[in-house]
Amino acid sequence: MGSPVKEMLYESGGFFKKQHRIVLRNAGKIDPNRIQDYIAMGGYTALVKCLSSMTPPGIITEILSSGLRGRGGAGFPTGQKWRLVAQANNSPKYIVANLDEGDPGVYANRSIAEADPHAIIEGMLIAAYATGAEKGYIYIRKEYPLAIQTLQKAIDQAKAMSLLGDNILETPLKFDLTLRFGAGAFVAGEETAILASVEGRRAMPRPRPPYPANSGLWQKPTLIQNIETLTNIPLIIQNSAAWFSKTGTPKCTGTKCFSLTGKVKNPGLIEVPMGITLREVVFDIGGGIPDGKKFKAALIGGPSGGCLPEHLLEVPIDYDSLTKVGAIMGSGGIVVLDQDSCMVDTARYFTEFCVDESCGRCTPCRAGLPRMLEIFQKITHGQGEFSDLAVLEKSCHFIREASLCGLGQTAPNPVLTTLRYFKSEYLHHIENKECEAGVCFKTRDEDEPK
Amino acid sequence: MKDDKRRGLLEKVLKDHGYQESALLEILHGAQEIYGFLDKELLTEIAGVLNLPPSQVYGVATFYSFFKLRKPGEHVVTACLGTACYVKGVEPIIAAIEEEFHLKRGGSTEDGKLSILQTRCIGACAMAPIISIDDVIIGKATKEVVIKHIKQVLGETKAEAV
Repeated sequence: MGSPVKEMLYESGGFFKKQHRIVLRNAGKIDPNRIQDYIAMGGYTALVKCLSSMTPPGIITEILSSGLRGRGGAGFPTGQKWRLVAQANNSPKYIVANLDEGDPGVYANRSIAEADPHAIIEGMLIAAYATGAEKGYIYIRKEYPLAIQTLQKAIDQAKAMSLLGDNILETPLKFDLTLRFGAGAFVAGEETAILASVEGRRAMPRPRPPYPANSGLWQKPTLIQNIETLTNIPLIIQNSAAWFSKTGTPKCTGTKCFSLTGKVKNPGLIEVPMGITLREVVFDIGGGIPDGKKFKAALIGGPSGGCLPEHLLEVPIDYDSLTKVGAIMGSGGIVVLDQDSCMVDTARYFTEFCVDESCGRCTPCRAGLPRMLEIFQKITHGQGEFSDLAVLEKSCHFIREASLCGLGQTAPNPVLTTLRYFKSEYLHHIENKECEAGVCFKTRDEDEPK
Repeated sequence: MKDDKRRGLLEKVLKDHGYQESALLEILHGAQEIYGFLDKELLTEIAGVLNLPPSQVYGVATFYSFFKLRKPGEHVVTACLGTACYVKGVEPIIAAIEEEFHLKRGGSTEDGKLSILQTRCIGACAMAPIISIDDVIIGKATKEVVIKHIKQVLGETKAEAV
């Protein structure tokens, strides 16, 4: 018999104490396969409230004043997006819930779908009523079999209780919901690419405008929303915008889910109020670095995010503060690195990822990223020159400025932040042909004849 | 060639999706579940039924990394290359598998018994590094454990859950 892990117990603080579980309110508490459980927790009452006592413009005003911003990464105010779709005079209108979660190291949306699928459906229904959309798609990665199964079951149950379909709850509201499966393309999380994919085509982004709010799926007005954003909606309606905006910071209200992974004692899915510092997340919730090793960096925002060093641990986690230091909120991944990780190799890893995932449509991203990867190969194989760093930095700025979509525009972030905060490691690789973390130069040895 | 039973299943998938162009990804997923992989012949056939240019169907199948265009081995090892797995050292495990079983990532052994594929993230990062063997997930994987499991799976005619 083992004994409970002390740090993980609620009473002893640690993992749970600094968390604030709004989005994950029902996770682990209800049986996700039973709609009755969700209803018993107050589920679908927000929808009833909307249908019985609120007008669509009234709902949009409420969401606007809550300050809720899109949790998919860009942080666009949710209420504004809804208003744009509601005002578009073209029909039918669509809602696409983005559960593509292609960022490696991120799994908050999967957990929501597996633990509380009806919260997503209720959020979509409220959005449908507010914007006038009649048809919705949940675009979900095929790599998430359990989430697919749970969501499908939830959809079937909601249909059986007249919460989906025609005349929802005996009102004129009509909303149909279908699952659509992704197939392993990171770029499909981009809002115009996801539309192409839902239409059954290659997930390649297109220039905006026109914006999806006016011309989305099949050129019709489309609301594209992240899963975590949708899960917040029923609570804002139930408890009021004022209640919601009490959590977080004035400009960034509410909470954010993070997948805390890498070299921390307590990895896992966490939900924290906006504005919490990185130090609190890594050391108080994550429990610090295991095996007596030293913290080196935290990667925030996945392959499009930034690598933040120790002296930035006090940075508050909100959209604007993170952008200021070169990272992004992204879809909510924090990977902690210790002394055993090489920052040059980390930047190389993310560059390689973006090379693989570039859709190939625009030249800066398609041709520029491989050039950057070549420079990384040189540096990590002992052939780097000092002039390479300037080329690398210049390429970063070109690709950021000139790429069509978010993938290219943010792909240089890990490179730029490592150049900014860990330049000495690059210099050491070039000058001494040596990797202090012992990660690089290995392939070269293996290539030599045995 | 395309035997009747599987052809019938494919027909059902097509019908369930109303032969719609917009459901092409779902149809390809269905076809891959039935046949194990999508060869040119199958893609051409699907294109024909949906009344789409074969180039379009082929283009979609090649765009998404989830679709397999070549026949995978009898047993499939999938290594997660997500950030958390990378940081926690999945690379040395892949290298050890390659060396032990004489194959390269993305490929199969000569006898077609084993393939090793890579995936970008299966979203179980707290258990990194992750290797899956025939859909059985091994979390906090080590070289020794993974190689032992693969040997077990290969050693028996019917793979037992490990």
